[in-house]
Amino acid sequence: MNAHTANPTAARRGSSITTRRLSKTFNGVTVLQPTDLEIPAGEILVLLGPSGCGKTTLLRLIAGLEQPDGPDMIRFDGEDVGGVPIEKRNVGMVFQSYALFPNMTVAENVAYGLKIRRIGRAQREAETRRLLALVGMDEYADRRISAISGGQRQRTALARALAIKPRVLLLDEPLAALDAVLRERLRVEIGLLLREFGITAVYVTHDQAEAMAIGDRIAVMQRGRIAQIGAPQTIYHRPANDFVADFVGTMNRLEGRVAGGVLAIEGDGTHARLDVGGPDRTAAICFRPEAARLSAGEAAVAARVVASTFFGATQRLVAEVAPGRRLQLDLSSSLSFTPGQIVAFDIDPQAIIEFQQEA
Amino acid sequence: MRSRHFDLLLILPAAIFTLAFLILPLARLTLEAGSGPGGLAGFFVILTEARFRNSLIVTLVLAIVTTVATLAVATVAAQTLAHRKFPGRGLLLSMLTFPLAFPGVVVGFMIILFGGRLGLVGSVTKSLIGTNVVFAYSLFGLFLGYLYFSVPRVLLTILAAAEKLDPSLVEAARSLGAGPVAIQRDVVLPALFPAMYTGGALCFATAMGAFGTAFTLATNIDVVPMLIYTEFTLATNASMAAAISIALGLITWAALVVARSRAMRDVNGG
Amino acid sequence: MRIRWTTCAGIVITALLTLFLIVPVLLSVYAGLTVNYARGISAGFTLDWVRQVWGLYSDTVLRSLVVALLTLILTLLIGVPGAYALVRRGGRFARIVEEIVTLPVAIPGLALALAMILLYGGFGAFRQSTLFVVIGHVLFTLPFMMRSVIAILETIDWRTLDEGAASLGSPAWRRFVDVILPNVRPGIVAGALTVVTLSIGEFNLTWMMHTPMTKTLPVGLADAYASMRLEIASAYTLVFLVMVIPLLVGVQAVADLSEKRTKS
Repeated sequence: MNAHTANPTAARRGSSITTRRLSKTFNGVTVLQPTDLEIPAGEILVLLGPSGCGKTTLLRLIAGLEQPDGPDMIRFDGEDVGGVPIEKRNVGMVFQSYALFPNMTVAENVAYGLKIRRIGRAQREAETRRLLALVGMDEYADRRISAISGGQRQRTALARALAIKPRVLLLDEPLAALDAVLRERLRVEIGLLLREFGITAVYVTHDQAEAMAIGDRIAVMQRGRIAQIGAPQTIYHRPANDFVADFVGTMNRLEGRVAGGVLAIEGDGTHARLDVGGPDRTAAICFRPEAARLSAGEAAVAARVVASTFFGATQRLVAEVAPGRRLQLDLSSSLSFTPGQIVAFDIDPQAIIEFQQEA
Repeated sequence: MRSRHFDLLLILPAAIFTLAFLILPLARLTLEAGSGPGGLAGFFVILTEARFRNSLIVTLVLAIVTTVATLAVATVAAQTLAHRKFPGRGLLLSMLTFPLAFPGVVVGFMIILFGGRLGLVGSVTKSLIGTNVVFAYSLFGLFLGYLYFSVPRVLLTILAAAEKLDPSLVEAARSLGAGPVAIQRDVVLPALFPAMYTGGALCFATAMGAFGTAFTLATNIDVVPMLIYTEFTLATNASMAAAISIALGLITWAALVVARSRAMRDVNGG
Repeated sequence: MRIRWTTCAGIVITALLTLFLIVPVLLSVYAGLTVNYARGISAGFTLDWVRQVWGLYSDTVLRSLVVALLTLILTLLIGVPGAYALVRRGGRFARIVEEIVTLPVAIPGLALALAMILLYGGFGAFRQSTLFVVIGHVLFTLPFMMRSVIAILETIDWRTLDEGAASLGSPAWRRFVDVILPNVRPGIVAGALTVVTLSIGEFNLTWMMHTPMTKTLPVGLADAYASMRLEIASAYTLVFLVMVIPLLVGVQAVADLSEKRTKS
């Protein structure tokens, strides 16, 4: 799924980030459970989760915008930065609202951090030009913020954050304020830019497609803790639990009794007989829609078509194995199905996941 | 054009009222100002006659000092109150804006209770150092009165602007290394400027034209509104009073117009 | 959590400001109810001063209420249609008209009163009637009513509402009454509260325009401040406070309500 692989020639920049039992409590409510996190220098880590899962709090703690519950919980390159205020922490930050200063031009925004650092005019201007060129904004240097588009603002905000040569780059839902088409284009661009820069980055989003496209690793968060952390492929194909599985895509789920290594469900002319091996037990067997392959012979699953949705190259079929037990299957859109028809298919055994069933 | 007739009908009461009770009286006022013994020179009497000129200077200085002080405390208080939730916030805001409804005379009385002969400050200093400090009837008392009058209005204007300020702008400036002074200079104050112009101009205009407070406190100070009043009632010099009124009206009106155009320019980011 | 010194300074200044604004009010309430202000709490409390104020000045209180009510009626009749007309026409002309109508906010009340007296001073009956004072109050409060209504008109899509009603065959004046007025009600209510509050407290114009027979509350207050003992002046102020507090609470409630409405 990950469209990009890290550019091996780009020099790795930025600091590693380590959190040790990092937690945050607001007025007695723990919004971030004690969290251990190890982000090597140069890695792009995406924090993914629904709103209120603690991802933004974790980002703001790393930034220094929130105070952690205790001392020595956050380290950059092994150095405790917990007591360092954000002004001195040297982190680059991109906000959901971009937070560009409306009283300054594009170039003045980018140069602002350098000005604060009392960097000479000539060097400041050269650096600003270089960054604006990097994000493709050099033509708009003298524009007012109110006179550029959402996508351009986003790029300006990124250039401004990078200008201070930050130890880490922190992005808080940077694409959330854009429309769908622009978002899709920019997530590819941002992924490329971040890799080109090779800086340690923490990227917060609630959009799983964005997470897959951008992250070297993804940490899926749920109710104040990290539910699973790993490469996008691992998260998608080997989710650690139901929550992760559902959050990063559609997951089919068949629950029932496994006897003699087979989970069997019988319906009226339909069935599912999945050979999963192992001892007799009650199990929840899961697979993604694209793991289904049409079958000619003795099929693992025979299901009655309920509806089909055209997606271009593929179509998504909703089919019933038994009343109320529906599956979603992605098949080539060149095939045609009619509701009521029984369709037979096999499931890639590699793609079958079993979650521990609670007794 | 039926809708045109309808529009005319809608505006008619306002038009008649404004003509009869604003435009015509102001025209009469202008005529009166030019009908004094000096003729047209009467318009400039506020500049040419030393007594009036001094009065104008005192009033201008007082209005400017009031405006600066009001803007300073209102800006600080607005930033303290904006984006901060605490129990009793609503009550505090009500207390800060309660004096909005006070006419100038009541404000004057408040200052008398504060710094008059039986005032709070006087009784405290009396028990501490043995002298009854009375300042209500001085220029300082008048200044406090104008401050009392203006702070609630200006505070509300600036608070509305401060509430609209995106908190992530400040966070962004901090992440770029900006300290408290740089944040004020580069982020917060530029965002508050339009409200500060509007509030400041209102404060200036009110302080220039304030009559009620001066009437209660300024028994010995000739601020311009008091001058108009005494010229008209005691000296029965209507043309002089009219000339000074027009000069005063032009000053306050110009202050508001200039502030509004500056605020507009800032908002439009020109 | 570390609190920065700037925040500390802000809290201290805000607290001092609050004390500066509210302590005199409390002193005034206290002085109006105490037996003898100079002697302090030991002298005890009484309603005698309030009773005396009522005996001396009840006519000003009633007149202020009548003036406020008449002012409100006139600003409604003149201001609401006027505001709608200005928004409907738009453009340069409407801006100039608005500028002229709002002139009384920019010009000191003293100057306006002087202008009125110079022009109408000769019309004895009018000059000496309460109506003269009412006209002055309308002059001063009309801009507030119009701005309040214009502000609401600019947030609602009045054109679509008007055109929708027109498509159903409603004539222009019925569209104004049936569709526009109900939708600008929050602006009218807010404007009305402001007008009444301003009218009850108006002094600058009234002091010049009143006659001994048309004294309003603030005029009476100025009188009392100048010539009565502190306790009576305070008790009178107390009466004024009791009159404006419900209005201020009303203004606040309307503001909260419209804020909630725009949020949801």
